[in-house]
Amino acid sequence: MGNAITVSNLSKTYRISHSGSRPTRATEAIVDRLRHPLRRDPFEVFDALSDINFEVPWGEAVGIVGRNGAGKSTLLKILTRITAPTTGRIELGGRIGSLLEVGTGFHPELTGRENIYLNGALLGMSRNEIRRSFDEIVEFSGVERFLDTPVKRYSSGMYVRLAFSVAAHLESEILAIDEVLAVGDAQFKRKSLAKMRDVATDGRTVLYVSHQMATVTTLCTSAMFLSGGRLVYFGTVDGALQRYRDSYEEFAQAQSVAERRPGTGELRATAVRVSENTFTSTEDKIIEIDVGTNPAMVGEYFIACQIHDVNGVLITKCDSRLVEAWFDPSTEQQIRLTVTGLWLRPGRYGVAVYVCKQGILDAWEGAATFEVLPELPYPETMNDEAVAGALVLSDFSYEGSDA
Amino acid sequence: MSNTVITPPGRISMPRWRELWEAREVFYRFGQRDVVLRYRQTAVGVAWVLIQPLVSAGIFSMIFGNVAQLPSDGVPYFLFAYVGMLAWNLFSGVVSRASSSLVSNQALVAKVFFPRMLVPLSTSLSVLVDFVVAFGLYVVLVLVYGAAPGWQIALVIPMTVLILTLGLGIGLAASAIMVKYRDVAYVLPWLLQIGLYATPVAYSLSAVPPDLEWLFMLNPLTWVLESFRYSLLGTSAPPTWQVVASIAASILVFLGGVLVFQKNERTFADLI
Repeated sequence: MGNAITVSNLSKTYRISHSGSRPTRATEAIVDRLRHPLRRDPFEVFDALSDINFEVPWGEAVGIVGRNGAGKSTLLKILTRITAPTTGRIELGGRIGSLLEVGTGFHPELTGRENIYLNGALLGMSRNEIRRSFDEIVEFSGVERFLDTPVKRYSSGMYVRLAFSVAAHLESEILAIDEVLAVGDAQFKRKSLAKMRDVATDGRTVLYVSHQMATVTTLCTSAMFLSGGRLVYFGTVDGALQRYRDSYEEFAQAQSVAERRPGTGELRATAVRVSENTFTSTEDKIIEIDVGTNPAMVGEYFIACQIHDVNGVLITKCDSRLVEAWFDPSTEQQIRLTVTGLWLRPGRYGVAVYVCKQGILDAWEGAATFEVLPELPYPETMNDEAVAGALVLSDFSYEGSDA
Repeated sequence: MSNTVITPPGRISMPRWRELWEAREVFYRFGQRDVVLRYRQTAVGVAWVLIQPLVSAGIFSMIFGNVAQLPSDGVPYFLFAYVGMLAWNLFSGVVSRASSSLVSNQALVAKVFFPRMLVPLSTSLSVLVDFVVAFGLYVVLVLVYGAAPGWQIALVIPMTVLILTLGLGIGLAASAIMVKYRDVAYVLPWLLQIGLYATPVAYSLSAVPPDLEWLFMLNPLTWVLESFRYSLLGTSAPPTWQVVASIAASILVFLGGVLVFQKNERTFADLI
């Protein structure tokens, strides 16, 4: 039957213009051309993907992992034909359906029923297919009672559930998913994950892009690791996750150059330090963040700091808005964040810092790392098995009494 | 099981017709969405579709018929102008709605794959519904004035197709260009405004001085409008060359629009 997906020599380059900005008006473009009839706009070529080759057999669930900007989403966009490759050739052994962004095809004024048909059609289902799975979609989403209500009146949970349900009932032979399983409440998440697993066991092929290593491990049978637009590794899930962990240093290095980081750049963090390189599990973790100035900026900003474990799983978020801490951009700030009451497992952790106002001014992932020493904060020493699989530790006690 | 091959975009390509056909549900659903939204959201939904050409026809018949005393080929001036507006609204409606359709569906174009051409093409459905409603009023007017045309009323169907094809050709090209250059959105309504006066919509070609007639004859819309009036009002039949030329022009413009659209289609998601 051949392969589900064959990709050869695939690359995608974007041109980044350096002549200020590309004209967005036809009149500007014409005037420009008349002024400088021979000039070619200087531009830089940016390789989003270069020379990618791989084959995916049928029935495989492939996880695509990599740091931000590694080209994961671009690859998925090309495979789903949203954007065109610059070179190379892709052969798909069947229809490809995508769950790239849940609910993009929804129109707020239309009712749930109308939106199911519209969205289904957009995702490539025929009318009969939609009709056949209509009841199942409605049941899966749990919005039966509101089918004839415009979706603008839905709660955001209902909206997302309905959108996901339509997409999950796609009967395409290949399914591309970009980070959408993280929607809805825990129960719905479990339901969707099970649904996705069914798809793969049906002999269809699933491509799954995610930052959540935990779902990649549970869902995927193999995985690829992308870095800087290149396919570095394609094999077992464990192998890809190992590469992902190993890539941290390199990624942190690249992110330390402020201009390369995402965010508007109106204001940037200049340094992030952890008070100690190593902590014990229960110690207060102190993170110091230096932020530069921007006298032109009006209003105060806030900081959102995240701690990730070695697999990139988000452990905790410290948003300064929650504790009413706002900072003044007119002077340089040395911000000190103290995290108390968090018992981390032994291991390596990464710190990501976001400087935000309305929108993100500076997103610095991999800003700092620290190590939690391998001594457990409990009176008894045990082997690791006692805490294996746990994400965090906690302060607990047992009491028994005769019943 | 269908096999799909994805390669970098070539220079010139025709659309994959089979793919368009397979995705016809998108065409239909988009059209339905536009119609539903149009008639559900506006309080006077249907009435609006009628008021607009009625008022225009009223003003035209007052200015051109009463003030300027222009001839109207033996038809009551109001009816004459109304039929002109009927054809013109069909044309300008499809041009303006098709041209803005890609930009107003930005989120979809950037995030989901489906044959993009269906977006501008599907706007013809809602324009057609408006046309049918307005045509209903035409029937009433004809009965009121007792000016029923003969058998040639049957030509209204091919004429509608002809006008839609012409309008879609321009709309397709304009929608593709608008992805890159947003000011097309400002230029186009202005051009349509000029077109309304440069084409014998509100006045008859017989009111044009003979030494200027050649200028009007260069405009394909003139040919189409003359045939349209012949069909709906029983005015004098247009010469054969005009009929042939208007069919040829529609097909050429449509194909041209398709080519322009195709050439740009695969960069939409990166630019929009």
